[in-house]
Amino acid sequence: MTVEGLGAPPADPLEDAVLAARLFVSAPQVFKGMVLRGPGPGREALVAALAENIALRRLPGHVDDERLLGGIDLAASLSAGRPIRQTGLIEEAQGGALIAGMAERMDGAIAGRLGQALDEGATALVLLDDASEPEEGPPQSLSERVAFIADLSASRRWQGVELAPAAGHLADVAPLDDAALRALAATAEALGVDSLRALIFAGETARALAALGGRDTADKSDLSGAVRLVLAPRATRLPPQQQDAPPEEPPPPPPDGERDDQSNSEQQQQEPDLSEILVEAAKTSIPADLLASLVQGKAPRRSSSSGTGQKRKAATRGKPLGARPGMPRGGAKLALIDSLRAAVPWQAVRRREAGANDTSSILMRKEDLRIRRFEERAARVTIFAVDASGSAAAARLAEAKGAVELMLAQAYVTRSEVALVAFRGTTAELLLPPTRSLTRARRTLSQLPGGGGTPLALGLNAAREVAESVIARGRSAALVILTDGRANIAADGSPGRPQAAADTAVAAKAIAASGIDALVVDISARPGPEGAALANALGGRFLALPRADARMLQQAINAVQPIGRAA
Amino acid sequence: MARFPFSAIVGQDDMQQALLIAAVDPSIGGVMVFGDRGTGKSTAARALASLLPPILAAEGCPYGCSKEDQARYPDVCGTGKMVKRAVPFVDMPLGSTEDRVIGSLDLERALRSGEKAFEPGLLAKAHRGFLYIDEINLLEDHLVDLLLDVAASGENVVEREGLSVRHPAKFVLIGSGNPEEGELRPQLLDRFGLSLEVRTPKDIEVRITIMKLVAENEADPEGFAARWAEADDAILKRVAKGKARLPKLSAGEDLLRDAANLCLAVGADGLRGELTLMRAARALAALEGAKSVTRKHLIAIAPSALRHRLRRDVLDETGSTVRITRAIDGLFG
Repeated sequence: MTVEGLGAPPADPLEDAVLAARLFVSAPQVFKGMVLRGPGPGREALVAALAENIALRRLPGHVDDERLLGGIDLAASLSAGRPIRQTGLIEEAQGGALIAGMAERMDGAIAGRLGQALDEGATALVLLDDASEPEEGPPQSLSERVAFIADLSASRRWQGVELAPAAGHLADVAPLDDAALRALAATAEALGVDSLRALIFAGETARALAALGGRDTADKSDLSGAVRLVLAPRATRLPPQQQDAPPEEPPPPPPDGERDDQSNSEQQQQEPDLSEILVEAAKTSIPADLLASLVQGKAPRRSSSSGTGQKRKAATRGKPLGARPGMPRGGAKLALIDSLRAAVPWQAVRRREAGANDTSSILMRKEDLRIRRFEERAARVTIFAVDASGSAAAARLAEAKGAVELMLAQAYVTRSEVALVAFRGTTAELLLPPTRSLTRARRTLSQLPGGGGTPLALGLNAAREVAESVIARGRSAALVILTDGRANIAADGSPGRPQAAADTAVAAKAIAASGIDALVVDISARPGPEGAALANALGGRFLALPRADARMLQQAINAVQPIGRAA
Repeated sequence: MARFPFSAIVGQDDMQQALLIAAVDPSIGGVMVFGDRGTGKSTAARALASLLPPILAAEGCPYGCSKEDQARYPDVCGTGKMVKRAVPFVDMPLGSTEDRVIGSLDLERALRSGEKAFEPGLLAKAHRGFLYIDEINLLEDHLVDLLLDVAASGENVVEREGLSVRHPAKFVLIGSGNPEEGELRPQLLDRFGLSLEVRTPKDIEVRITIMKLVAENEADPEGFAARWAEADDAILKRVAKGKARLPKLSAGEDLLRDAANLCLAVGADGLRGELTLMRAARALAALEGAKSVTRKHLIAIAPSALRHRLRRDVLDETGSTVRITRAIDGLFG
């Protein structure tokens, strides 16, 4: 396959991924790695082809620090009676690459280590991303640090994946000229790619593409290839329409550029609209979900969806508890003193068994080992279900928003988290997954629209799902439902009060059954009996606050249900 | 991108200034950098560390002790003779465990000889240098507490696993993070001396320049470093002069009043704001080679010194920087 004619969209996403893989293996130190999204035969074939060109070491998801960085192999040391070092995976993968499956679930701690290794040029990284939700993805700190992101979810091909070697060398390709750099920078700007790393990767990619084809300078097709492979997958906004493009970037000369090309004389052959061509090239490989998320008015950026820092493990940190027998692996720490203490009573016996030839001062066995245990306070997540329908919200939505913000401000001081579900019209939506970020929450809240029917059952179900996933991660959840309780949309989205009320009762019962704490706050101007009935069905408490402003609301909710006092 | 000449960094003037101020007067406390990924935060921090002249440290000492340290901590660093070593720059990864940070029982020696020895951690390594923590907002809270505590006291006290060790650990803490991904508690933020918001350079020309410089550096790191050596040297001289000048500079009564008024006007909690503001203004004056600390220095540094100390009013959308500038305009016109 050739790299010419890159302006045309590739027939299958696999082709671009193969191209990226060829670039990557041609200079792993420069490109640092790739993210391959979407499982399937195409990806497997590509990984197999990669393995033929570069040493790949598998990185298991449960790898611990010792295995990653190297250290003392405890079991071997004990049986040998002298310290035995084991090399870490990062060291072993030197000159090759580590390959991580299910990278979207990678632990933040491991990602931190790997990010550092990438910065130091110790290794390269292939991340296999099996995320099913567009919000999920490998830790950003890693996808940011590797050059290529290829989405193979839509790939229908798998045959004939071969990584043809490059015709030339990257080092022999001339540095990009001003016009090329400018075009890349303008394209990155148009696509909303802020990171300088991505821009630098794009420049190197253009040169490496030239090297693949055996050219000594990067031409237009190389530049558009670089945009497609590096910049487009990172796009956070759609490029402006072609007609609007020129005013976006004044530096490249507008249509009559061939004439007033006075500033850079060496780029005479440059066509006037290079960056336009590049933006056009990018459009073919902008992630499909970008458009969808833009339409929904969500932040296009994939936020820290990997949950770095959010999931809390016990067993490794927190308040120390007693030690218990076990091997220090999987992140558990050795309780040295306890281990020694366990070994001491046996010394006389063991020494007799071992005979005089064993001169080590302490004879330890595997069964002496103790690991430390920790108690970590379960973080509490308060889930707000906000009724943004016409009946409840028209007047009071602003107060509800204010109260949520205030509680959030308090929550982040007390290290608890807040999530927000809004329901209106015929849908309920998780607007804010459990977070401590005030900035993010504020942005989400300011975009919360009001009006429409009251699909209370849908809202309750959505809130329950969030609560259940929170509980599944070992944290405690509490619901605060801000509504007037006057449901008029049924669970299937159809209008009608009787059905809506019945569905609401079912949804409420489900919440009560899972034992989730609930508080119903009626903030409508004239609270009716519905709110109290709902609270009753939920097995929770009820609060009517017809005249409360945001601050009063917060205080009242606090009084009933202190947020952030960790369970 | 390991080493990049400090003077060759483009478009990060605020961050460079803050780092230099911290280099002139390390007692200011750490620098907190808010910003997105790929904006050159770690490049700048690393570059500064490699720019600074080598320090004299006891040979073989795991803590890199100076002469004074040797006198203060005779039990930990012995009497080795002084040799030159580079200013340490420790990049602390997110997943670091407490053991690795503060140090722990030396497992190897404990196993081999049953000996209770201390294996120094990252804090020991960072002594007299920089401790850089990317994504500090995602770091476990108890670790951040610990770090700031050590940074403030300049000493790491270990009392665990039957160990009782006290060793010097003076470093400039540089934290970075994106507030969208989780925020630091205000109590912790307050303990950073300076804070700044780093954005990716939006100007196309700047971005092109950066791409060029990076490409040049990649193609020929040694030649590139040589080309910037002179400019780096000039910065180094400025820092050295600033350090020498610092003790001679003191802030007058008027300036203290200005600082107090400003802190009151913006509603910065606690005394730390005023203290840092004064110190930073003084360090800035020293860095600029000024004869005295003036209101100009105070105003120039106020956003960095106070930005992260304002009490949050979540219902007020106005950014902290804007509130400070407004207060400055109101007070000093």
